[in-house]
Amino acid sequence: MENAVQQINNLSIGFTSKKGEQISILKNITTNIKKGETVGIVGESGSGKSTLALAMMGYVKQGLYTISGECLFHSNDLLRMKDKDLEDIRGRKIAMIPQNAGQSLTPNLKIGYQIDEALKLHTDLKIQDRNKKISELLNKVRLPSPEIMAQRYPHELSGGQQQRVAVAMALAGNPELLLLDEPTTGLDVTTQAHVLELLNFIAKDTGTSMVYVSHDLGAIAQVSDRVIVMYSGQIVLDGPVRRILKNPIHPYTSGLLKSIPKLTLPGLPKSMSGSQPQPGTITKGCSFYDRCELAEMNCSNNSPELEYVKNLNTSVRCFKHKELHEKIDKDENLVTSIENTILDKEMLGLSKVSISYAKKKFIDQLLNKESDDNPTVKDINLNISKGETLALVGESGSGKSTILKSIAGLLKAKEGNIKYENNKILPNELKLRDPNSLRAIQLIFQNPDESLNPNHTVEQIVSQPLKLYFGLQGEKLKDEIIKVLKKVRLGEFYLTRYPRQLSGGEKQRVAVARAFAAKPDVILCDEVTSALDVSVQAAVLNLLQELKKDFGTTYIFVSHDLAVVRAISDRVAVLYQGRLCEIGPSKNVYNFPSHPYTEVLLGAVLEPDPDIKPKLVAEDIVEEKPPEKGCSFQGRCPRKVGEICNSEVPPWQIGENGNAIRCHINIDELRNLQK
Amino acid sequence: MIFLIFKRILLGLITLFIVSLITFAGVEVLPGDACTTYLEREAYGAALEACYQRLGLNVPAYERYLSWAYGVIQGDFGYSLSGEMKINDVLGPRVKNSMVLASASILIGIPIALLLGIITALWRDKFPDIVISTITIFSMTIPEFISATLLILIVAIWLEWLPGIVIVPTGASISELLPNIILPVIAISMIMTAHMARMVRSSVIQVMSSDYVQMAILKGVPYWKMVFKHVLPNALLPAINVVALTIAWLLGGVVVTEVVFNYPGLGRLVIESISNRDLPVVQALAIILASIYVGINLLADLMTLMLNPRLKSLQIKK
Repeated sequence: MENAVQQINNLSIGFTSKKGEQISILKNITTNIKKGETVGIVGESGSGKSTLALAMMGYVKQGLYTISGECLFHSNDLLRMKDKDLEDIRGRKIAMIPQNAGQSLTPNLKIGYQIDEALKLHTDLKIQDRNKKISELLNKVRLPSPEIMAQRYPHELSGGQQQRVAVAMALAGNPELLLLDEPTTGLDVTTQAHVLELLNFIAKDTGTSMVYVSHDLGAIAQVSDRVIVMYSGQIVLDGPVRRILKNPIHPYTSGLLKSIPKLTLPGLPKSMSGSQPQPGTITKGCSFYDRCELAEMNCSNNSPELEYVKNLNTSVRCFKHKELHEKIDKDENLVTSIENTILDKEMLGLSKVSISYAKKKFIDQLLNKESDDNPTVKDINLNISKGETLALVGESGSGKSTILKSIAGLLKAKEGNIKYENNKILPNELKLRDPNSLRAIQLIFQNPDESLNPNHTVEQIVSQPLKLYFGLQGEKLKDEIIKVLKKVRLGEFYLTRYPRQLSGGEKQRVAVARAFAAKPDVILCDEVTSALDVSVQAAVLNLLQELKKDFGTTYIFVSHDLAVVRAISDRVAVLYQGRLCEIGPSKNVYNFPSHPYTEVLLGAVLEPDPDIKPKLVAEDIVEEKPPEKGCSFQGRCPRKVGEICNSEVPPWQIGENGNAIRCHINIDELRNLQK
Repeated sequence: MIFLIFKRILLGLITLFIVSLITFAGVEVLPGDACTTYLEREAYGAALEACYQRLGLNVPAYERYLSWAYGVIQGDFGYSLSGEMKINDVLGPRVKNSMVLASASILIGIPIALLLGIITALWRDKFPDIVISTITIFSMTIPEFISATLLILIVAIWLEWLPGIVIVPTGASISELLPNIILPVIAISMIMTAHMARMVRSSVIQVMSSDYVQMAILKGVPYWKMVFKHVLPNALLPAINVVALTIAWLLGGVVVTEVVFNYPGLGRLVIESISNRDLPVVQALAIILASIYVGINLLADLMTLMLNPRLKSLQIKK
């Protein structure tokens, strides 16, 4: 290929297992990156996408080695190059933007120094010119007051700012190829949209080729010209972005797309069964065979080759791609809408709840004085009916998890009270609560790796609530454990397994089983799907919905992912800096967002469709503390009316759709302003 | 920042106050007292009364504590029982001797420990690491009374290169001490260096596998520059506290080593005064050792604070 910046031929990378077998992480990758092109590499965790990106810099992680093939950069094989020569290419010709900029910037060196280091290595500029260049670069990534920024340490910046610094550092050497490894994962939605927009601008402005690695099809859709889909260390699909995302001709890709909840399509998405095979477990046949709906005998015996389909300009690894291309699933029911299970009975009521993290000062303690008049979470009034799913959404720092912890009793509310079943006031401290109310409220955490005790078997994990709340023992206990596990679709043979022997989805099922074992009335879900892959996420969402139907459980669902919330919730409460902005039925909040913050938030959501662009309404400044008085959103509001926003807390107004918002602008006027 | 230093100093003083109370109380509740010990069989009647009178033991305990504490604050620990010397005069040369031993061990041990730790980490699982790690683990596990005795046997008795035990008067000058301390320093350094080298090794390895080091490599930073700029400053920060504890341990007297080599330092004084039931000296030693620990740890914390930009700015913000 003449104009290819990078050409990868038949590349396999792997490791030697303890048994001495050679196991490949990457299998026979052949592709190329053209000049000025942005290629998105998408895949779930364990698909080998990061290994591929690192190989493109000639970097192979410790423990792995190149089995065969080559990775040519202008016809030099990076994988067989001396370290000394690689140093000249890394950062100068090929630069990397890492996943977690916060951890990828050296903590003891100032931002300016770290950029200067790249400049010193890769340019011949003199010191004054370099200082000028640092400011220029920081300006280019749109960081305010570059001179001051350069003097800061990495931890003094917000996540979005750190990511921008990483971009600036990568641009320092004017690279021909930029590799981005999940650069926006872990950023807030609005920040993510801004960073992606910046990357798009840089790609156009500098003409650099980019390789964008991500699990997030939404982000991939926004930046890529071409998309490579990876599964189990292989390329399964490779073609133009619209072709891949709108009419994928590989069953994995189409399944993946279907399992993503979408804002425009309310209801629960279809889930894919099973999970990606572990490296080394597939010896013959197609690696997607187990999970494929179209699979037949041939697929289990012969592995398909990557085949170039000329009229679609797409390479695909599937025997049945023609069938898939002809079959258009227009008529198919893509989502199952959630049933209304809400009963007219109040389950949980929060009135005027305020929570503060501030430690009381010594003197205030002596005088028994409340010291914090600007608490992290303030004035939360919420009523949740039996069988309802209420979602709390907002960016990091919006206090959504804090509220959950306070309901669970893990965090003491400073003011206000939490009522259970309309009459009982729950004590705000855990140790004062009676066993029955402890049982009634269960919590599922974000990361099952951390919430399941690694030294307990699944049986021990699930038995705990049963022993604690119902005093079950012996046979009865075992029967009940098996019953609960069946409910979350885990067979009896899981009893003796340890968490480390389970996949991410299975672990989260165990966590769900543990919560349901207590026969709770309310389950608090704290970002329960954010640590999971999309195909698994859909399965867990479906499971939660079914269990709710069976048990009439009430959910409070916290998530930063607005599409997930759209899929599962009956009602949504939008939070900013620990204050409620808007609350209403999901349908109305999503279709007619009224509060300016809801508008900003929804505008920034990325859909896995290159033709739907996010609307960037507000700046992505990060506020460290809620404002002392006035509206909580005053600092970023695109519709700020004036002094009143800074001085007075806006009153509640209820619109005709049933949305309640807190804003100084009339709710109908807000609707008109958006048009 | 200044507030924080102030707070730490205050906390240190409170610790010392509590230590002084505990030691004083401990000495009080022990059966017998200074006079019964001193007079031994004659400890009755008029002689005992006279001794109480002379030592001021016939007043209530709290009064004695207050007058003792008042003296300590002014740097006067009173008199020792055996020999009736001023405790300050007893302690003075011992502190100096311990300092000499400690500084020599620190000067030799710490640089070697850092070097070995860094080498083993950078050549992890390669030849240098395997050799050095085996040796360090070996010298960590041998108790000092064995390694010290072996050293005496080999170097002093078989080879006759150096004196086996220290036979100098307590008040000897540094030049007199010098050839004598070589063996004790080696014995101490062996254990200390091994411990610290392991610590440094794991710390460097941890930093080497961090995202920012991978980033520095991918940025094209040459290897040694990366090691000195990106790895070591971050890896050695946590080592400061370990070094501090080691120094405190050394200054506080390495009891076993000092006894084996008959070295006239604080450690041996501790043993001697306990076996002589010289309670005023024991009290004084407890306070001095506690002050050393508190002081050195305070210093280490402040150093970490100064060197770690993350902690520094956190404090300034507050």
